[in-house]
Amino acid sequence: MMEFDVTTEDKYTVIALKGEVDLHYSPTARKQILKYLGKNQNVLVDLSQVDYIDSSGVASLVEGYQLAKNNQIKFGLVGASDAALHVLQLARLDKIFPMYANLKECLDT
Amino acid sequence: MTILHFYCWIIIVIAEIKMLELRIPSCADRLKLVRSVVNCAGQMFGFKDEEVDSLVLAVNEACMNIMQHAYCEREGEIILEIIDKHNELVFRLTDFADTVDKSCIKPRDLSDIRPGGLGVHLMQEVMDDVSFFDGPNNKGNVVELSKKLQQREGA
Repeated sequence: MMEFDVTTEDKYTVIALKGEVDLHYSPTARKQILKYLGKNQNVLVDLSQVDYIDSSGVASLVEGYQLAKNNQIKFGLVGASDAALHVLQLARLDKIFPMYANLKECLDT
Repeated sequence: MTILHFYCWIIIVIAEIKMLELRIPSCADRLKLVRSVVNCAGQMFGFKDEEVDSLVLAVNEACMNIMQHAYCEREGEIILEIIDKHNELVFRLTDFADTVDKSCIKPRDLSDIRPGGLGVHLMQEVMDDVSFFDGPNNKGNVVELSKKLQQREGA
């Protein structure tokens, strides 16, 4: 089960993913991420309430990262849970994505 | 083979116990069920919490690979067997899709940042061994993922 909330903070659209981002639910996450990036909005994906993420969920984040890079808009990950961080580390992506401990850290940057 | 080796071999063979066999349709909404089963098996076997998480990740990725690349998101059946090999837990996944060229199954270059293609890398990263075979009678595919239980301090 995965749920998501979308809020606006300063100049960012924050997409908070909650629960399990697996092959069944990652298309929903991908759709939301690409939707706001497609509107040229800076996007932060809050992973603090992600209990599980697999390679399909990670692929959605990579797709967002690449689209943002190509369109010169901002994209980052906020408050990655231990479960999410572990998978990002295994995929060596923790050094690629802009990652912030929390929203404040990002907004202060 | 000496008599001692022969008896050791017999003991090892006898020590293989199938803990569970689960047949699931190749549907992404069944992955949660697979993860729950693997979680329980890992805990029963005595793995630490972080090791159990790794088992869950690896078997989930193996199932996803079958759904996406063997069955190409079409209907099909997957058999998950969980085998207790004394101090090693083995997860065997069998599908009945067209046989896949096993030489094509390899981890990709991680410096190439792109969506997809991480599954094999993740499996190999957290398991002791990941092996791919053709299915029985050269039909379908089998992947076996194994992890040894480390000796605990004071055990």
